[in-house]
Amino acid sequence: MERLSTWASKNRTPLVIAAAVLVAAYAFNLVRGDIAPSMFGAAWGYAIPLVLAALVGVIGERSGVVNIGIEGQMLLAAFAGFFVAAVSGSMIVGVLAGIGTGLVAGGFLAVTAVRWRMDQIIAGVVLNIIATGLTSFYLVSGQSLPGVIPNVSVPLLSQIPLLGEVFFSGRSVIALIAILAAVLVHLALFHSRWGLRTRAVGEYPSAADTAGIKVERLRMVNVTLAGSLAGLAGVYLSMDASSTFEREMTAGRGFLALAIMIMGAWRPLRAFSMALFFGFVNATASQLQQTGGFSIPPQLTATLPYVATLVVLAVAAGRVRPPGAVGQPYVKKDQ
Amino acid sequence: MSDTRTEEAPPPSDGGPREPEAPKDRAGLLAYLIGHQSGVVIVVALVIALLIGAALIRYQGVNPWYAYEVLLRGALVNDGALTRTLQKTAPLVLTGLAVVLPLRVGLFNIGAQGQLQLGAIFGAWVAYVAGGAGFLGAVLGMLVGIVFGSVVGLLVGVLKAYRGVHEVISTIMLNYIVAGVTFWLVVGPLQGESSRTSGIPQTESIPEAARLDTVAGVPVGFAVAVVLAAVCWWVLGRTTFGFRFNTVGANKEAARYAGVPINRVVVLSMLAGAGLAGLAGALEALGTLHRFEPAIVGSLGFDGITIALLARANPLATIPAAFLVGILRTGAAGLQFQTGIAPEIVDLLLALILLMVSIPVLGKWLFRSRADKQSVATTSWGN
Repeated sequence: MERLSTWASKNRTPLVIAAAVLVAAYAFNLVRGDIAPSMFGAAWGYAIPLVLAALVGVIGERSGVVNIGIEGQMLLAAFAGFFVAAVSGSMIVGVLAGIGTGLVAGGFLAVTAVRWRMDQIIAGVVLNIIATGLTSFYLVSGQSLPGVIPNVSVPLLSQIPLLGEVFFSGRSVIALIAILAAVLVHLALFHSRWGLRTRAVGEYPSAADTAGIKVERLRMVNVTLAGSLAGLAGVYLSMDASSTFEREMTAGRGFLALAIMIMGAWRPLRAFSMALFFGFVNATASQLQQTGGFSIPPQLTATLPYVATLVVLAVAAGRVRPPGAVGQPYVKKDQ
Repeated sequence: MSDTRTEEAPPPSDGGPREPEAPKDRAGLLAYLIGHQSGVVIVVALVIALLIGAALIRYQGVNPWYAYEVLLRGALVNDGALTRTLQKTAPLVLTGLAVVLPLRVGLFNIGAQGQLQLGAIFGAWVAYVAGGAGFLGAVLGMLVGIVFGSVVGLLVGVLKAYRGVHEVISTIMLNYIVAGVTFWLVVGPLQGESSRTSGIPQTESIPEAARLDTVAGVPVGFAVAVVLAAVCWWVLGRTTFGFRFNTVGANKEAARYAGVPINRVVVLSMLAGAGLAGLAGALEALGTLHRFEPAIVGSLGFDGITIALLARANPLATIPAAFLVGILRTGAAGLQFQTGIAPEIVDLLLALILLMVSIPVLGKWLFRSRADKQSVATTSWGN
């Protein structure tokens, strides 16, 4: 009980904001019961890949590696997942192929940026361009998915009014994994030995090295494994949110995820809520397009999430502190 | 503190280690190769990339040498092909420079795509409106292209210097924002009369007199691009202004200590780079398409990244690098018709080239302990 109250007083600001957002959401639902549930649903639908991708960024940067290549990892995984599923006739094989591709793409970044100490930002951009080149050359049209990713409802949790409806009732498995992943990464990062080591490697690698942690190896493992989450995000795009693969279908989500990571101050749960905020901006944009209450052209409302990113970053970026060693390859002094 | 460079600052990369041995003929050649290793590495990288590409083409069931021959013929030999390739090279030189200039300061401009598009639409529109003024209209169109490109760059630079927003994110976001805005303009206020009825998103066609033509087979745009590349090389290598750029890029702390106004240099580098990208858009509109349509940008902006890294951030080297990309892009058009290979093979080839020129291990494999340290580096989050 005492621990709970110290935790609450330590996290006063996020708790107050969360409560305020919840109250606002329920109030909006009360006033506009006709559009609110569908808007919240759409917001979460847009946020799912962003949550997963932002977690990729958080894990990488907490270990000191900038991951600009999330976009490319997602694109490759979306491509592999869709086409493997279409050719093999099995959804599960497709999903696994997508996740595997994410791992391989993560491994590529790990090798180039960590092992070979290539400039991390250039390595990520190279990964993105390779992904675009591969997926647009090997793209074939006329394929279709053999099935759908099953939707599930969580018993009990789905009974909560509004929240249960949005998050836990009739949502795809990937959506549930995204929630789970955010919670798990948070717990692992702040309450496990792996998390402590990861943060040490990202903040002060030479101290971590002195303490006997293998800096490069931990970074490589983290960046590679995080690739599986990017893979899942890509699979979600091509096999769940839509059932087709299109050229450059990630549409900057990998970069939005990085912005979300920064605004979430490199913390998984804050990044989760920032992703929801972005989902809501997008849902508002499409709502404006549908109702046409305002005479804003649809081409302009479509840019709203990107404008919001710039505005929020302009306010937030200077106020949060990145992990100390992010972007710097670690070189032992005696090497 | 937030620089990506390691604490051991790389030694100046020019020249490379001297060979102390007696200058025998073979040793002299070796020393020459080591001294010019960045060039050697790039040639080897190109060869490896093209060989991997050949294997991939082979895998598609087409003779790769025939495919490369078709590509080269379509880009260099066929009637008017060289002019078309130079025409294509012009905006590529400029988007390459648009990445090179900020890279000298340690900023990675991956938004040439958006900067080009905004420059293109307003350049095309102004050249159309001022079309009656003939060549003056063309000049006006180019200037407006520069201005609107640099407006995007100004925003990125200010956000970076004064708000700590990383340029990789802001430039990508602006790519999408500009794409939305220009698409709205081209189906709305700036749509041409004829395309209004057919529904094609295009602006009015630019009058003959205000187009950029070719003089003796050399496109005017290409000449402009080459001159600007030379100007950039001169400014970066021979003036105090350029020295400040390089100092900020090499060591920000030292630059601050020496009294270089870092924020201003950061903003200026983005402003100049984006202005060149905007000019690239105007050239493409005035010289090639003679109007604006959303597809005008293609992959010109992203190709600029490949070109800049291929050129090792050297402004003059962007000319051959852009010419190479121009050959591939121009030659790709005939590839589908004659060999059945999708023109996207060029995207793949360029990705391979980019990969091979940017991985640092190639130099180490070739030159072992005599390899230069990597000299291109960008900055991390924050300032």
